[in-house]
Amino acid sequence: MSDKNYTTGTFSGGIHPDYDGKDLSCNSVIRIAPLYEKYEVALQQNIGKAPKLIVAVGDEVKKGQKIAEADGFVSVPLHSPTSGVVEAITQIPGPMGVPVNAVVIKSDMKDEWGELPEVLDWRETDAATLKARIADAGIVGMGGAAFPSAVKLSPPPEKKITALVINGAECEPYLTADHRLMLEAPERVLTGAAIMGKILGVENIYIGVELNKRDAIDMLLAHAEKYNIKIVGLKVQYPQGAEKQLIYAVTDRKVPAGGLPMDAGVVVQNTATCAAVADAVIEGKPLIDRVTTITGEAVKNPSNWRLKIGTPIREAIKLAGGTTDDVRKVILGGPMMGFAQKSLDVTIQKNSSGILIFPEKKITQYQSSACIRCGRCLQGCPMKLNPALLGRLIENEKFDLALKNNVMDCMECGSCAFICPAHRPLVQHMRRAKAEIRNMKK
Amino acid sequence: MMCNILSQIDTSLLVAVVLMALIGLLLGLIIGIVAKLFKVETDPRIELVTSLLPNANCGGCGRAGCADFAKAVVAGEVAPNQCPASSQETVSAIAKALGIEASTSFKKVAVVLCGGDKNQTKNWTLYNGVSDCRSAMLIAGGPKACSYGCLGMASCVRACPFGAIEIINGLAIVHSEKCVGCGKCVATCPRKLIKLVPAGSKVHVYCNNPEKGPAKKKYCNVPCLGCRKCDKNAPGKFKFEGFHAIVDYEAAEQPTLQDLDTIKCPTNCLLSAQEHLAIEENNPDHLEKSSANAESK
Repeated sequence: MSDKNYTTGTFSGGIHPDYDGKDLSCNSVIRIAPLYEKYEVALQQNIGKAPKLIVAVGDEVKKGQKIAEADGFVSVPLHSPTSGVVEAITQIPGPMGVPVNAVVIKSDMKDEWGELPEVLDWRETDAATLKARIADAGIVGMGGAAFPSAVKLSPPPEKKITALVINGAECEPYLTADHRLMLEAPERVLTGAAIMGKILGVENIYIGVELNKRDAIDMLLAHAEKYNIKIVGLKVQYPQGAEKQLIYAVTDRKVPAGGLPMDAGVVVQNTATCAAVADAVIEGKPLIDRVTTITGEAVKNPSNWRLKIGTPIREAIKLAGGTTDDVRKVILGGPMMGFAQKSLDVTIQKNSSGILIFPEKKITQYQSSACIRCGRCLQGCPMKLNPALLGRLIENEKFDLALKNNVMDCMECGSCAFICPAHRPLVQHMRRAKAEIRNMKK
Repeated sequence: MMCNILSQIDTSLLVAVVLMALIGLLLGLIIGIVAKLFKVETDPRIELVTSLLPNANCGGCGRAGCADFAKAVVAGEVAPNQCPASSQETVSAIAKALGIEASTSFKKVAVVLCGGDKNQTKNWTLYNGVSDCRSAMLIAGGPKACSYGCLGMASCVRACPFGAIEIINGLAIVHSEKCVGCGKCVATCPRKLIKLVPAGSKVHVYCNNPEKGPAKKKYCNVPCLGCRKCDKNAPGKFKFEGFHAIVDYEAAEQPTLQDLDTIKCPTNCLLSAQEHLAIEENNPDHLEKSSANAESK
């Protein structure tokens, strides 16, 4: 296909690593993981309030049965990933390093679906019903933030939404889950996008895809016309998929500092979320599994897998052939914004887009030194902040000045720390300041 | 000609001197009047009490420095013993100066309830981020395998206005003779393992981890196993939080050094403060380091 069929865009700033590691797994077809004996489903997998547990130890559950219901507006229900018995309600290691509450489900190895809600024809169904279905299916932003999708689709009436942007940028190095999803199930992604477009009542639906995924762009273009969805090619630059950067790249609109995408009349959703929405509406299936990339130089067969929520990453790594001998670090999420894990008993959550396994030689241990005021971080910062200044302020615990210098607009993308020749731990500084300022406001 | 110039200089000089004198006189007069009219009566006792106080301005009393505390003491709002940094002598001196009854000062000192130095407790990962406990906590809860133990990155050391805390072998230790109990470190520690205890308590349980014993054993050589041996041998002096013992600092009787001998804590996490300090100071790593420091000096 020619480039004429889609427009291109980008934001200013950001970084791009010399090697992005996508070639390791981008040709691996999404495979479905086998059944495991035990799933440990973390109770809270969404931003907002944790759902309320509605099963007890010893209860029998079916696949897709609700095991916890939404507690409040910014909350989502949780569903059993397989059929079996609730073995325990306990604490397991969480992806952020602190223990989390979890429901342990012992599988009966039958993997039987429970009663599913009726299948909907989305073109014939009204927006409120569709939205209720999305909320009921426990769908959250699967790109990483895990914000309840139905809440994003309910902007206050004074905010006029005029565009829906689907994030297919997958700008994090190494990850290929969204890439494979767009390539293998373009119809599901597009249907999900169209459903959410209908709920919001918007005409303009865009899918932004980085130009290193031209095969995915072609695949989407082949189907996009009948859904009236526009494809936008994006420059290969991290963090192209960050909400505000994506909105600028795709629609040329700027989200005000401290504001939300809806302040610019935009709603952003991830491609994986779109596919989950399509499943929930046209098949009635709740969100109980997701595509996760298991990759890195220390895993034998980097590949993409459809994993059930609650699969321990220990088992998931075995799926990809296990680790090599020089394994050193395991990260859940992308290499830029993901979290290094202390335990392999951490389980897959709704927002676990990747498991990265790195060998010793890929791990750099830098000693940080003083800021040399080269200004590279200013060029790299996609939010146009001054990380050099902020770093110095925060080092001296001047949090009030950091606040004046807009540290709260930092999204911790890591571009500044990546580009810093003095290897200063800038993101950690920002995170500290943000935590302190939030505490001060309390 | 010459004479002319001289006389000119003379007059201008004279004018300037006279003007300055007049201005000085006028301003002096104004100052004098203002000082008389707007005189503020200050209580000389406030100055006196301020001079008696330690003047560390630590804020441990909850007021804005020593002068503010002195004001409150003179006004009778607080008792002099509310200053955590004052010794009994200071409190008595203040009381005597004010002619009020000297209440006893309940001196408290801080103690870091962790014995897991870098040799005793494992780290689960390498850490090369910001050397600050509160920052380290933001990275997966810190590098220490024990999620309750001392991270040893000296946030409390920097917070202490009296230089009473030292990091020895990656473990914060309070030198109780320097500690005044202002509580700054308690507020700083992100793991909440520094506690203010009565200065009279000599024995502490150096463990803050409420997990089960076997779990702690995996990463720490000196955890409290929750065996309750201490409670059996010295009943009423300990309480239990989760699976670890803590000295009941509110009990009438505190465990004594003799109790230590009868209890024989199996993991050696029940120690007297001196023993605890001695263990860390006699650690070969520390001795090597301090002798190297002495040589370089």
